[in-house]
Parts: sequence; C-alpha cells; structure tokens
Amino acid sequence: MSTTQQALAIGRPLGASRLTRRAWHGGLQGSEFAWAIAFAVPYAAVFIAFVAYPVAYGLWLGGKPSLYAELYSDPRYLSTVVNTLLFVGIGVNLKMFLAFLLSGFFMRRRWWVKSLLVIYILPWAVPALPAFISIHWLLNGQWGLFNNLLYELFGIDGPIWLNTHWLALGSNIASYIWKWMPFWTVIFLAGRMAIPQELYEAAEVDGATGMRRFAHVTFPLLANLYLVCTLLSTIWTLGDFSTVYFVSGGGPAMSTEVLATLGIQYAFTIADPRLGVAAVMSALPVLIPIVILLMRKLRMSEVQL
Amino acid sequence: MSASVAAGRPKSRPRYRLRRYMVEAACLALGFLLIVWSLIPIYNMILIALDSHNDIFSGAVWPPNPTLESFRIVWTEGFWYLEHFWHQFGNSFYVGLATMFLTLLIGSLAAFTVGRMRLRNGWLLTNAALLTYVIPASFLAIPFYRIMQLYGLGNNIWAVIAAEVTFATPYAIFIFSQYGKSIPMELDESARIDGASPLQVYLRIYLPLMAPALVAVGTYALLLAWNEYLYQFLLLSSPDSMTVPVALAQFLNSDESPWNYMMATAIVYAIPPIVMYYAFRRYMAAGLTMGGVKG
Repeated sequence: MSTTQQALAIGRPLGASRLTRRAWHGGLQGSEFAWAIAFAVPYAAVFIAFVAYPVAYGLWLGGKPSLYAELYSDPRYLSTVVNTLLFVGIGVNLKMFLAFLLSGFFMRRRWWVKSLLVIYILPWAVPALPAFISIHWLLNGQWGLFNNLLYELFGIDGPIWLNTHWLALGSNIASYIWKWMPFWTVIFLAGRMAIPQELYEAAEVDGATGMRRFAHVTFPLLANLYLVCTLLSTIWTLGDFSTVYFVSGGGPAMSTEVLATLGIQYAFTIADPRLGVAAVMSALPVLIPIVILLMRKLRMSEVQL
Repeated sequence: MSASVAAGRPKSRPRYRLRRYMVEAACLALGFLLIVWSLIPIYNMILIALDSHNDIFSGAVWPPNPTLESFRIVWTEGFWYLEHFWHQFGNSFYVGLATMFLTLLIGSLAAFTVGRMRLRNGWLLTNAALLTYVIPASFLAIPFYRIMQLYGLGNNIWAVIAAEVTFATPYAIFIFSQYGKSIPMELDESARIDGASPLQVYLRIYLPLMAPALVAVGTYALLLAWNEYLYQFLLLSSPDSMTVPVALAQFLNSDESPWNYMMATAIVYAIPPIVMYYAFRRYMAAGLTMGGVKG
C-alpha cells in the first residue's frame, strides 16, 4: 500500500479523475441482495450495540441541566476547563508545528538522518502506559534521573517538577509531545515525499529557492493536510486520558486534571457517573464544530463511496 | 567575462563552504538533541529495571550494580503483583488477536458490501463508521462501562474485545474502501457472470487481493488492543481476567517501592509492540491521518 499517495489524498477533493464504475451491473438481484444485507449486519450490530446505545445512554445520563449547575459550582471543574484548553491548545499546535518542521529536516538525504528517523520514532512505538510511568519517575524531584542529570552535568538543583501547577502542566504537555510528535512527523514526511519533484524543479527554474520555495510550493500543497491533521489530533487529544493520568496524576491537588480524567474521576472515584458524563459532555460545544468541519473535509476527499 | 568569474571564485567559494559546514553542524546538533530527547525516558526505564532493590533511590545516572534480578522476578512471577503475569500476558495476546480477527472480518465485510456490492443506503454504514472514528474513546467510557454491566459482561474479557473492535473497525472500513478502489471491478463482474455467489467473490477474489490492506489493519488493531489502557482498566477487575497494562498500573497503588520490578514488567510489556512497529513500519502510517493511535 503506497502511503505516499494517500498522504496527499486526504483533504483533497476527489476530482473527476476517478470515475467510479458501477459494480454488479443491473443492481443486486435476488439472493445477492440478501448476501449484501448479511454482510452489512455485523458492523451495523457493533455500531448499534456499542456506539449508538452508549451514546444515547450517555446523553440521557448527562441530560439534566442541574448537573451543569453543580459542575459550575465546583472550583476544580473550572480549573480543569482551563487546563484542558491549555493542554489541547498548546500541546496540539506546538506538536504539529514542530512535527512539520522536523519532517523537513528528515527529508535530508543523508544516511545518518535516515538512521536517526529509526530512533526518532521509538517513542511512538513504545506503549503509552510504560512510557508515561517512566516519565513520571524521570521527573521525580529527589531521585528522578532528570534532576540527577542536571546536577551531574551542570550542577543545577532542578525543581520538583510535578509539585507545582505550572511545571506539572508543562510536564504533561512535554510528555504528550514526546509521545505523539513522531507519528505526525512521519505523516508530514509522507506528505512531503508525495510532492512531485518536478514542481520543485519548475520552481527553481523560476528562481524560487529556500523560503520562497516553501511558501509557494510546499506550504500550499500541505496546508490542507496540516489542517485535517490538526483537527483530528485536537479531537483525540481532548479525549486523551493516559498522559495526564500517568505523568502528573492530575496533581498536585487535582490542579492539572483535564476533562477526560476528571470525568473518570467523578464517575469511578466519587461514584457519580452522571456528573462524570456531564463533565465530559461539557466539551461538546467545542467538539461538535470540529467534528462537523472534519467530517466534511474527510468526506470530500476519500471517504466518498 | 571569464576573468570576472575567475576573480569571483576564490572569494565566494570558502564562504559557500563555510555556510554548508554551518548547516551541517546545525543538523548534527539537532540530530543529537533529538536522540537525547527520544531516548531519555526509555533509558530511564532500563536504568531502573537494572537497579537492584537498594539502588533505586541512589540517584545514580548509571546503575551502580547492574543486575537482571528484576527480569528474573518477572520471568518467575516472584512478586505478589506478578503472580499471574504470564497468564495476563496471555490475556493481552488473546484480546489483541481476537480484536484483530474480528476487526478484519467485520471491517472487510462492511467495506465489501458498501464499496463493491454497492448496497443501497450503504453510506449510512460509512457515516456511522466516520462518526465513531471522531468520538474520543475516553468520552464514551462511562456509559460503555454501565452498558457492559447491563449486557452481563462485567469483568469479562469479551467486554474489552468489544470495546477495542468498536474503536478499530472504523479505521478498517476506511482503509479497506480506499484500498478496494485499486482493485478492478471487472474481476467481480466476470466472476459473477461465471456464477460465483457474493460469498465466493468475497473469499476468492476480494480477500486475496486485499492482502496488504489486511496486514496494515491487522497490525493496527492488534497494537491498539495491546496498548489501550482505559477500557481495560475499567472493564477488568480480577487478577485472572486482567491484561498486562492493568496489572502494570497496579504497581502504582503499592506502598512498597518495587519500581525496578515495575520497570522490568513495563519493558517486557513494551517489547512485542516495538518489534511489531519496526517489522511493519511500512504499514504503520498507512492511511495516514486515518490512522494514528486512538488513545
């Protein structure tokens, strides 16, 4: 499966070039229709039993307006909303921007750059849970490796990273970027590689090099991919549970919780599932516009059948 | 004219060369920085796993007395959190393989009926898949948990498999329908004229030609199930039914400090996915934005 071609296909309107032929000429006949239905049943069943029903149930659980008044009166909820905005806003955008820049770096044709990529994608390959547990220990103020390194190399006494709100939040964001930047770098790298070399040659003939080449060739071609990736990543990051839960643990004193962890906290630690669902559902005003935008972008491109 | 070129050369060349060296040096510095950045947490994992019990809190940057003792403990299940370790390891594999198989089956059937047989109103299925794809999994966890109790699947490994299949199938459907477009429809048509039933077309023509996509999605589903934590944590509670990530996170509740055992467990748990990533690297970014690992 050629990944490079698909990289640019995302978010690019399906041109008239792909004339889809009608299969099964004359439509489905007799038993064929029954087969078609039978093939569709498993996924329809999965969707109804494990998506539609839980979604409806969730909407019912979190539907009472009084829950939101209760949430609003909880000071932890308000700080959680701010944290979520910072975590998602800074985390996603910084990660995407760096990944985009680094994908340019990995385009360099040097043997050591190629072998560096193999090491660079390691954080993506390691499961999130062990990685974040390790980072949690790495950042321990007394015996964590990070502060020991700072002391050994520079003679600095590092701060107790996870004990102050801002440092803990920053650690969460940095860990999140550590884990997911390689994945998006690989995607942008594939996107860059899918740009035909002739375009660059033509641009060079016209005198565009360096920054102008980037501004007039690379960026316009990848802008759509960048946008779709950012939207998708925003959605996933809104639902990211592991990073905050394992790196800072929501601490100190629940000051770095995000909506995903607070919802679980409400539902299972305080045993108030309604409040948990309400906390999560309060992200819908942000989530729904992104989902609509994204679904439109995705459907326009490849998903059309 | 040739004189001016010759005169210009000795001046501009060293400058050009200097610039090139500077770029090269900057690249090397960036490369070094990236290596340190990527490897520190992983080095930390190995460092703690190699520490003996007394050295964990020594604050050493290099293990003073490196020992494989913690790996031996994991291997022999010699610690009370690890009593069922290999059973749990098996559970994780079971969940991964079942998720992979069901995702491939359900996804390919749906993609086949919508994309190849063009079932009327098939777009409903693809839209359902798209919708599932953009719901953050953790947002659905609370109602999902309660509904599993309702289905009588509390503390049952099949509840986890259901969850993983639910979140892996949409990706499968997209990859299959994208990839399916590259297979000529004439093959289906001629087989049909020869009297093949839809099931035969699916088994004999569609599946064999979809092999690369099956590998890509299979890897994705297996890794998703292996790496996922939240649903497994919520849905599994007894040591018998637990999977490795849940067992691993249990260490965090401990009052003792068996961090070297925990890190050794973490490394053993991380090795299969790392091997798979590098073995199937070509496929891992397949479908790209459609991929990603939903966390």
